[in-house]
Amino acid sequence: MVRAEGVHKRYGVLEVLRGIDLTVARGEVACIIGPSGSGKSTLLRCINHLEKINAGRILVDGVLVGYEERAGRLHELHEREVARRRAEIGMVFQHFNLFPHLSVLENVASGPAIVKRTPRATAERAARALLERVGLADKADAYPRQLSGGQQQRVAIARALAMEPKLMLFDEPTSALDPELVGEVLAVMRSLAEEGMTMVVVTHEIGFAREVGDQLVFMDGGVIVESGPPRAVIATPKERRTRDFLEAVL
Amino acid sequence: MVNSGAPRRTERRPGEIAAVPVRHAGRWVAAGIVLVLAAMLVHSLVTNAGYHWATIKAYLFAPEILHGVVITLELTGAAMAIGIAGGIVLAIMRLSANPIVAGASWLYVYLFRGTPVLVQLFLWYNLAYLYGHLGIGVPFGPHASASTNSLISALTAGILGLGLNEAAYMAEIVRAGIISVDAGQSEAAASLGMRRLQIMFKIVLPQAMRVIVPPTGNETISMLKTSSLVSTVAVYDLFGESQLLAARTYLPIPLFLMASIWYLAMTTVLTIGQYYVERYYARGAARALPLTPFQRLRVTLPIWRLRPAGPVTE
Ligand SMILES: Nc1ncnc2c1ncn2[C@@H]1O[C@H](COP(=O)(O)OP(=O)(O)OP(=O)(O)O)[C@@H](O)[C@H]1O
Ligand SMILES: [Mg+2]
Repeated sequence: MVRAEGVHKRYGVLEVLRGIDLTVARGEVACIIGPSGSGKSTLLRCINHLEKINAGRILVDGVLVGYEERAGRLHELHEREVARRRAEIGMVFQHFNLFPHLSVLENVASGPAIVKRTPRATAERAARALLERVGLADKADAYPRQLSGGQQQRVAIARALAMEPKLMLFDEPTSALDPELVGEVLAVMRSLAEEGMTMVVVTHEIGFAREVGDQLVFMDGGVIVESGPPRAVIATPKERRTRDFLEAVL
Repeated sequence: MVNSGAPRRTERRPGEIAAVPVRHAGRWVAAGIVLVLAAMLVHSLVTNAGYHWATIKAYLFAPEILHGVVITLELTGAAMAIGIAGGIVLAIMRLSANPIVAGASWLYVYLFRGTPVLVQLFLWYNLAYLYGHLGIGVPFGPHASASTNSLISALTAGILGLGLNEAAYMAEIVRAGIISVDAGQSEAAASLGMRRLQIMFKIVLPQAMRVIVPPTGNETISMLKTSSLVSTVAVYDLFGESQLLAARTYLPIPLFLMASIWYLAMTTVLTIGQYYVERYYARGAARALPLTPFQRLRVTLPIWRLRPAGPVTE
């Protein structure tokens, strides 16, 4: 579902990603861990082309998100086409980024209503079903600022799911939450994984990575230091840097 | 607090502090001076025959004046419509990645903000000297045109002059609003597959309105009064009509006072309107909207409170 090959990303002279190779199969949950500034968020943002990469390539479901290959050369895609491909990749942010001027229901319905031009009534019916699924049916008419952090993040997940994505990206979805609210968000993510959604999750929740993840990726300094089955990586890390990091967070 | 009835107000809870307040002698002196000055003003308003209160009353609703009021409102409305629409376009252009588009917007603001609006009004009014005919068409291709004076009446010149000038100011106001919205909003919208203009008009601008509306209300009130400049290019707005009547009756003071009364009345209506527009765009911004003055009145006034209504919260 996701294939990154030799991905490099620079901001000015700062090289943030230095040759990333990553493969996530359909239905797989890949968890990315690593110290702050190691490039985890940047990698996620490159996958849905919020950032342009400088070298290498990223394929999602077999296609390049921001480019088209014709006669051996890459052509940048028109904004319209990038948006169309990006719509198939859901993203959940650390700080929720819900639209504060829209009600919870309108937040969830906004994607289909604006992007797919689904009739308002149909979009809202689907949105209510999704809110039900994340356990927030009774909050449909509230505004985001009236919700707790955990509730906001569950709305954000519902909003991303409303576009019926084939891939979900999570960027530290629980690290802005109070400890007692983390569980409700992880539970929603876990049920999503059980239904077979392909997910790439940047997280500090090692427990979640161990129980739900199919692959654990440890990044440091813009490279993937180590990756493999979560239990194996956590129990017997091969690399020194991985061991040090795991010792610090566990 | 709101629900506490009258009898409870005098009750003193045990332990509540009942200290003698500090005396402020200076405050009493200042208030005394202000009151004396106010009394002198009222006295002069009543006794000075130069105010001609009867004349003000007689002309307040004269047909010429009412016509002038309508022209002033039309000018203000049309100029602000051009100003706001133009300001949004200029602000979006200014934030464009294309340096020529952004530069054009910058140049527009530079020129229109850097010259007096009065000069601009005269330029629009005298456009015919520069271009005798205006037309549209492709260079060297088919062409349609008409004489400039037939296309640009004095009123149109006034609207164009005020509106295009206003667009320069509104551009900066809208730009400030747009950059006040967190970049995460655009990213979240982009990740849903929205396109640039959809993001701008559905997500960013509605949130920017909270920052845009208060200065825009200011601009509208300012425009209401600035529009009186058009009387210099032969448009008879409220000020123009008052001037004509003043010249005819030789009573400038009462007629200009009368114009002031009208301007104040219109400003009052705009101020109230602004309050409700701000309230509309504040939804979602705070956890609960504050009460409107009317709602507050209902909560505070005893007549309504006597009714066994639902619990009142503030
Ligand atoms: N827009 C930008 N311009 C310049 N540098 C950037 C930009 N975005 C990120 N960086 C830098 O890139 C590096 C990697 O950032 P990134 O956000 O990917 O780290 P991260 O692994 O997600 O860290 P964290 O755990 O703190 O979220 C950091 O050093 C950061 O300062
Ligand atoms: Mg990050």
